[in-house]
Order: sequence, then structure tokens, then C-alpha cells
Amino acid sequence: MEDRRVREHPILGIQEENFVEITVDGQTLRAKEGETIAAALLANGIQIHRYTAKKHEPRGIFCGIGQCTDCVMTVDGNPNVRTCITPVRAGMTIETQQGYGKRGTGR
Amino acid sequence: MKREVVIIGGGPAGLAAAIEAESRGCDVLLVDENRRAGGQLFKQLHKFFGSKAHSAGVRGIDIGRQLLQKTEELNVEVWLNSPCIGIFSDKRAAILHNGVTEVVEAEKLLICTGGAENPLRFPGWTLPGVMGAGAAQTMVNVGRVLPGKRILMVGSGNVGVIVAYQLMQAGADVVGIVEGMPKIGAYGVHAAKIRRAGIPFYLGYTIKEAKGTDKVEKAVIAQFQGGKIVEGTELETDVDVICVAVGLRPLSELAQMAGVRHGFVPELGGFMPLHDENMESSVPGIYVAGDTAGVEEASTAMDEGRLAAAAAAQALGHFPDEEAEKRKQEIRDRLESLRQGPFGERRMAAKERIVGKGV
Ligand SMILES: Cc1cc2nc3c(=O)[nH]c(=O)nc-3n(C[C@H](O)[C@H](O)[C@H](O)COP(=O)(O)OP(=O)(O)OC[C@H]3O[C@@H](n4cnc5c(N)ncnc54)[C@H](O)[C@@H]3O)c2cc1C
Ligand code: FES
Repeated sequence: MEDRRVREHPILGIQEENFVEITVDGQTLRAKEGETIAAALLANGIQIHRYTAKKHEPRGIFCGIGQCTDCVMTVDGNPNVRTCITPVRAGMTIETQQGYGKRGTGR
Repeated sequence: MKREVVIIGGGPAGLAAAIEAESRGCDVLLVDENRRAGGQLFKQLHKFFGSKAHSAGVRGIDIGRQLLQKTEELNVEVWLNSPCIGIFSDKRAAILHNGVTEVVEAEKLLICTGGAENPLRFPGWTLPGVMGAGAAQTMVNVGRVLPGKRILMVGSGNVGVIVAYQLMQAGADVVGIVEGMPKIGAYGVHAAKIRRAGIPFYLGYTIKEAKGTDKVEKAVIAQFQGGKIVEGTELETDVDVICVAVGLRPLSELAQMAGVRHGFVPELGGFMPLHDENMESSVPGIYVAGDTAGVEEASTAMDEGRLAAAAAAQALGHFPDEEAEKRKQEIRDRLESLRQGPFGERRMAAKERIVGKGV
């Protein structure tokens, strides 16, 4: 898979990495503890966060600062979690959200 | 729960306000919905302009670190991961903290929630891969993940040009910067870096369409004249990200809920809460500062935060009138010297107009 992580940076330097595992749509992926879910997904090449309720169109990161809700997903059974400002924790379960999502059942 | 000063939003405005209020002896609570305070500063890798008093020559990320350190030294009470979800009458703020909604009654409430980027609508604008330039900047500079490999930037203002450079710095290929106006909007130094890097500017062009099935695959740009696309001038290029940098607007939903009087001020980003010379709004005891009070820059945001906090500390009786007036004047003079140049002068005039009208 293509690598999108910026490990060395001319100004920010080299970054320490502490990886944990998360589950995304049933698949186990590596993410950095404390990074936003959106950054972890992007690093794993995932750009689609949800499908809209009426037209089932894909949506991804749009504002990146918690203001537009385009990036919401179902996290640990809770729908509509803004993934661009929610940090990754080990063992998190993340699902691509369909429409407005449903609590508990996922999706 | 009660606090003398409650500050919503811990960007440069909120942090500077917290430091000012706490050092004057106020009992302060600062809340931010992010996992780290600092707001947009931790994505600003470029050096700031202005004089030494304005931290010129220092990078935004370093200013952020200094502010955080100072709030720690002063033992400011900070709640992170804690969005304010509403403001009720009598300056009561509802804050989601550790999964519980706490209602905090504030004697003085400072709203420093910042701004958000304006969207631009064109066919394909909702495809994953089309995002705000600030979103891309957040991903690469804070998240340390490249949003894409081949990126088109729409908008040549400071944000567009700075973010294009930072994306390139992190290893992305920026295919060009599209600008509808006949000239580049950003400061010369920033634009020069882009030119030196060989990234082309398409002046008098706009984005016509983003193509792709479930994410962006191609961008179509075309010449733009008199507000219209010139048919037959289309250029198509492969990209995986299209960044949109067409300005910011104040985030003022909380101020709206609190019943603060608003006005439309195009120079400062549009619909915004109005304020007086102390940054106090039409609701006594509610202050606004930073991008919420009109979109400018981090340096002006910090000074507006300090001004609001000094005024609040004075009103609470913690800051003797004579000293407070002196301090506020010093901050206002600094703000005036920051608001220079073609952008700054327009903002200065707009601010004077707002303050002159009263709230
Ligand atoms: C994505 C983005 C990128 C930018 N990049 C640049 C740049 O490169 N160069 C430049 O000069 N300017 C840039 N700007 C402009 C920038 O807004 C100002 O420079 C400066 O950061 C404004 O400071 P502030 O304190 O008013 O707001 P911000 O820095 O935006 O801080 C606002 C804070 O409030 C918090 N917040 C918002 N709503 C709530 C709520 N309901 N509850 C709790 N907390 C809340 C946010 O989490 C944030 O920490 C950018 C703006 C954005 C939006
Ligand atoms: S991308 Fe806008 S809320 Fe997450």
C-alpha cells in the first residue's frame, strides 16, 4: 500500500511513532495512539468515511477541524462521531457510516 | 459550577486571554473541543511578520508552545476534549466534559471559537479528496499524513499559497495554484517561494469540475472572465486532492445563541458578532476575540484575546482602572500597528467602523 505518512520533515523533524491496532469495517489496521481517526484512515489509504442518507454519495474529510460533520463515522457503536477531532485509542472499532447511522448496531 | 471568567476556544485568542486574565488574578476556566489547545497555531509552520512585539520571525508552532507553557506555569484550569454545546441566559455555558454536560455559570464569558473555511461549489465538490486548504494543512502538519500525492490548490491568498508550499515541503506534488483574479492574492514573500519551487500559477482561472467515481481523480480548470467560465479554455489534469482556499468566516453560532447582535462585515469574513472597544458584545459580560470577532491573523487574535481579558479583569475589580486603561491602550496601539498593509488597512477601517457604531 502507498505510504502517506510524513516521517521526516524539514521543519517538524522526525516523529516518534507508537502504533496500536484498530478495526475498520472488520479489518485490522495500524494507527498511531492519539492521532485523529481521520489521519489514521488517510495513512491507511481510506478516504471514504460515510455515504449520504438520500443519494448514497461518498463523503470524506472536508474541513479537518470539527466544523462540517462530513467526516462522521460510527465509532465503538456510536454514530456521527467527528473523526477529524477524535483521537485513536487501541482497540477502537470504526465503521463506515450509512446515512445517519444507528446506535449500537454499527453502520 | 461557577467561574469568574470562562473562555471558550483555546486558539491563540483564547490562550492569550487565559494568560492575561489569570495573571490579573481572575478565576479562569478555558475549554477546547480538541485534544490539545493551540487552535490553528500548530499547523502554522511559517514565520510571522510584524515587529518583535508581535513575535515576528517566530513560527506559529513555536508561539503555540510558548502559550501552552505559560498557561501551565500559571496553572490555568483547562478542559480539553470538551466542546461547548450551548450558551443559555445569564452566561451559563453548557460544556460536554468527560461524557457529562456541565453547566458553568460565568461572570464573564469570552467566545474565542475561531473561524472556518468557506466552501466553493462546483460539480464534484463533495467527492472525497476535495477539501479545505486548512484541512489539508491540518492533516499534513498536525497529523503528519499527506492528504494526497498530486494536489491542485484553488485560491492564491495567503492560506492557499502557504499551504501549497507546506504540502510540497512534506513531499506532495502541487500541480498548480488556480486564481480567479488577474493577480496573486498572497504576500510577495510567500508567492516568491512558490515561484522558486516551479509551481505554476493559473491566474484568471477557476475550477470547473472535479471528476472521479468515489474520489477525486481529475481536476478541470478553465479561464474565468466577468464571473463566468470561458468555454473551450478547459485544461484537465490528474490529481487526487483539490484544496479550496477561498477565505474564512467567523464561527459565531455560540454568540448567536447567546443573543449577541451581529452585522455583515465583508472585510472581516462576513456575518459576525459586533463588539465595542473592549471586545465586549451587545450582551453585557460576553466578549468575543480572534477570528470569531472577524477573521484576521494569529497575531491580532492574541492581542484581541488579551484586550478582552484585560477588560473583563477590570470589570471584575481585579485590575485597577488606571493600570487597566494603560494596558488596554498599549494593546490597542499594538493592534493598530499590526493592521497595516493593503489587507490590514481595510480590516483596521472595518474594525473602526464597528467600534464607532457601538453595540
Ligand atoms: C484550518 C485553518 C488553517 C489556518 N491556517 C493559517 C495559516 O497557515 N496562516 C495564518 O496566518 N492563518 C491561518 N488561519 C487563520 C487562523 O484562523 C488565525 O491565524 C488564528 O489561528 C485565529 O485564532 P483564534 O484563536 O481566533 O482561532 P483558532 O486558532 O481557530 O482557535 C479556536 C479554538 O476554539 C476551539 N473551539 C471551536 N469551537 C468550540 C466549541 N464549541 N467548544 C470548545 N472549543 C471550541 C477550537 O478547537 C480551536 O482550538 C487558519 C485557519 C483555519 C481555520
Ligand atoms: S472534516 Fe469537517 S467535521 Fe471532520
